[in-house]
Amino acid sequence: MSTEPLLDVQGLTMRFGGLLAVDHVDLTAERNRITALIGPNGAGKTTIFNCLTGFYKPTAGRLLLRHPVRGPIELQKLKGFGVARTGVVRTFQNIRLFPSMTVLENLLVAQHQALMPQSAFSFAGLLNLKGWRAAEDAAVETARDWLRRLDLLAVADEAAGNLSYGMQRRVEIARAMSTNPLLLCLDEPAAGLNPRETRALAELLVGIRVEHGIGILLIEHDMGLVMDISDRIFVVDHGARIAAGTPAEIRNDEGVIKAYLGEPDADEATTGTESP
Amino acid sequence: MGFTLAVGTFLQHLINGLTLGAIYGLIAIGYTMVYGIIRMINFAHGEIYMIGAFIAVTTFTLLLGAGVTSVPLALVIVLAVSCGFTAVYGWSIERVAYRPLRTAPKLAPFISAIGMSIVLQNFVMLTQGARSKSLPPVMTGGITLWRDGDFSLGVTNIQLFIILLTVALMTGFTLVINRTALGRAQRACEQDRTMAALLGINVDRTISLTFVLGAGLAAVAGVMVTLYYGVIDFYIGFLAGMKAFTAAVLGGIGSLPGAMLGGLLIGLIEAFFSGYVSSAYKDVAAFSILILVLVVRPSGLLGRPDIEKV
Amino acid sequence: MAAPASPSIPFARNLREAGIAAAIAMALAIPFLGLRTVNLDQGLVVQANLRYVPLAGLVVFLGRLVLGLLAAPLRRAVAPLAGLKPPAGAQRLRPYGGPLLILAAAVLPFLPFANRYVIDLGTTALIYILLATGLNITVGLAGLLDLGFAAFYAIGAYTCALTTTQLHWGFWPALAAGGLASSLFAVLLSLPILRLRGDYLAIVTLGFGEITRIVILNWQSLTGGPNGVSGIARPTLFGLTFDRRAPEGGHTFAEMTGIAYAPEQRLIFLYLVILALTALAAYTVGRLRRLPIGRAWEALREDEIACRSLGINPTMVKVSAYATGALMGGLAGCVFAARQGFVSPESFGFMESATILAIVVLGGMGSQAGVIIAALFIVVLPELARSFADYRMLAFGLAMILIMIWKPGGLLSGRTPTITLSARKAKSMAEATS
Repeated sequence: MSTEPLLDVQGLTMRFGGLLAVDHVDLTAERNRITALIGPNGAGKTTIFNCLTGFYKPTAGRLLLRHPVRGPIELQKLKGFGVARTGVVRTFQNIRLFPSMTVLENLLVAQHQALMPQSAFSFAGLLNLKGWRAAEDAAVETARDWLRRLDLLAVADEAAGNLSYGMQRRVEIARAMSTNPLLLCLDEPAAGLNPRETRALAELLVGIRVEHGIGILLIEHDMGLVMDISDRIFVVDHGARIAAGTPAEIRNDEGVIKAYLGEPDADEATTGTESP
Repeated sequence: MGFTLAVGTFLQHLINGLTLGAIYGLIAIGYTMVYGIIRMINFAHGEIYMIGAFIAVTTFTLLLGAGVTSVPLALVIVLAVSCGFTAVYGWSIERVAYRPLRTAPKLAPFISAIGMSIVLQNFVMLTQGARSKSLPPVMTGGITLWRDGDFSLGVTNIQLFIILLTVALMTGFTLVINRTALGRAQRACEQDRTMAALLGINVDRTISLTFVLGAGLAAVAGVMVTLYYGVIDFYIGFLAGMKAFTAAVLGGIGSLPGAMLGGLLIGLIEAFFSGYVSSAYKDVAAFSILILVLVVRPSGLLGRPDIEKV
Repeated sequence: MAAPASPSIPFARNLREAGIAAAIAMALAIPFLGLRTVNLDQGLVVQANLRYVPLAGLVVFLGRLVLGLLAAPLRRAVAPLAGLKPPAGAQRLRPYGGPLLILAAAVLPFLPFANRYVIDLGTTALIYILLATGLNITVGLAGLLDLGFAAFYAIGAYTCALTTTQLHWGFWPALAAGGLASSLFAVLLSLPILRLRGDYLAIVTLGFGEITRIVILNWQSLTGGPNGVSGIARPTLFGLTFDRRAPEGGHTFAEMTGIAYAPEQRLIFLYLVILALTALAAYTVGRLRRLPIGRAWEALREDEIACRSLGINPTMVKVSAYATGALMGGLAGCVFAARQGFVSPESFGFMESATILAIVVLGGMGSQAGVIIAALFIVVLPELARSFADYRMLAFGLAMILIMIWKPGGLLSGRTPTITLSARKAKSMAEATS
């Protein structure tokens, strides 16, 4: 890789009281690339995500984001909402939508940062000035584009909480994309999806990373999906990074196999990865 | 001389504060238990205490009329009668005004509780009259701990009775929650009501019993206040309820020792602030300390910190 | 069980439950209906009216029995109504509802039956609507429970009272000052406590409400303490007063317009002032809901963590919700002060906060129409029940409980989306074809 990575994590450590949840993890994510973060349950993946996206303050470590406009930013120094404003936007393992608001409203809330000054902090909006109306129309069009891409146009005016699980996952991705992010962090986006939905998700992710020139960072348990679409994979276990590499490298890594399957029995072949 | 007087005054405020704190603490337990189990601010709980006090006055008056002169006997009867009837009130209130709202949006039971509070206040005012009721002193005398010229430091028998009874009730109560099947059922319902029901716990009955127990303790507080001040009216529940609720939150709502600690602190703050600074602003002091504590410890003094799950 | 009884509940079981209810009712009745403490000169005596006890039992028994027998048929009769949707035409009329209502309210004081009493009641109702509109932003939209809203009401009222009596300001600058002072106070108060969640926040707001009241009560030199402040300026119309005689260097409305002086004119004018303010507030809230700030309020109510993940600063959103709500509370306080000409701390106790909150919740959180209906209910019902004198507050409390049980989400609980894609599509197509 010739360019410097978009996100550069060095020595990320997170301690809860006596529990060392994340131990000196190094991690990079690049533009136009899908980076996956995998590991057994309880390995500390979501904790890493929470540190990256400002929900936890890491005990130690440096999270460097190379912002194309604002230059290098150390994310660990920002407040939670400040991280999202740099363009590092996430989804949640247990979907977090605004359930009684409609899908379209969810996507408009996501554009709050841009819309707030455009409504002149509500004053232009209160007077319904032309500039504000144009800005709102543009925001609706952005939302409409994402709804179309994720096949949600038909439910745009439904309350988000009334949708099926698979649809809610898509709304959450559409909402994150409406913020026009730099790095999209997805926490188990395929959980609870059926195989057809998972395939559609894979296509979508591969598509947007190039079209929008963003980086995608992914926590996922569906190894089929991870192996298919990831450009680079980081494996964590017990809070520490145990491997990093391309899907092919990870597939054959002894340490990874051990972490997932435990110590191999005497003569049982350990060829089985979780790839279907 | 001046120094000993100062110490004496301090101790006197301490004793007064402890007495007041014991009463607040007993009411606060009702708030905290109900909150723990159904996450609801039982706004009518102050009125329960007021009802307990009224029943105490009625029973005392009846006993006096019947010629009962033995103070311990009278106290036992009054406590039993007041707790019994007040518990029925506690049970009925839950059954009528809160149980139908168990699955309703969070604020619905709260508004229902405000309605219940208005109903109870007006019910008592209409049936017993708006004038305050005063009782001749039932318990007199006390122990003088220390005397120096005009100044004497003492504990009245009533204060002693209040503090000792509160300690006894708290001990018994802690045992009930920690050792009995009811306590186990209650703690299980606090954690997860659906799971508790699946495991065969009668959730409705557990919640009802929580209200009954809370009402019983509030009735004891009502009896104490009747003895201590000798004057009550239909409006006393409001302020006491508000203080006790503040106490429950200060201690960490949902925590039983927290409610007791919060009650004591509110009582002490009130006594010391009125003694040394200004009695007009004593409630301002109580609320300010509550706000300060919550700013530093958002879950109260002994409350379990509420970890944000992402 | 609280669960609705199955349709075919046996009569015997009904009878048994009614019996239990009656027994409990009698137990409840003994200490209060059956025994009555009476203050006599020689002290307290207890009068026994034990016949009330079986009477209470009988009433409850019959009531429970009838309810038990009728519940199932009644539910069956009502069930089809739940599926009914308002006709499509009603949706189209919706935008006209507000203006029509304002128009109707504006002509009210000129109708033949509108005497002093009706106008006064209307003014009270409008003050509560304005208060509840403000609280609805904090509680209904942003989801921040506020048990001390009367503090903002009080600050508005006292700002108005003190600026007009001490600084001799007119009503209009005092009105602006009252709204701003309330708003500023809300910002200062809310900043340290925004970290608190849910019920902890609620108790702290309750504390602030009480602190405000106690400070006003005891700061004698400024507020006059329990005696309050009197002589508050009345509203003027372009400098014209509604007095019989013009103040020095001023003119009265009667002089300048040639309309004969009548004491009601001032009442009507005040009514129109509060109507205009309330209408403006309702319109503003309606617009704000459709703006980023309003959507952020609602989003915050739904999920604060998701808000943060989208770069929304929850503190700013909360502070803005408090400040906007308090602004309206302050304005209502000013109008209240100007109407009475007098303010005292007892108008701003906890019951006032609870009443305003009850309007918001009874109406259906977040619903402007709900606020109007509930405010009318809360102001007018006790007046209608005036003939029952002593029983009216009892009835009022019972009504609050019953409405909550009947409609736990409030009278109008549905949420209307702030924007719909389908409407937009129609619009852009219409533009394309034209």
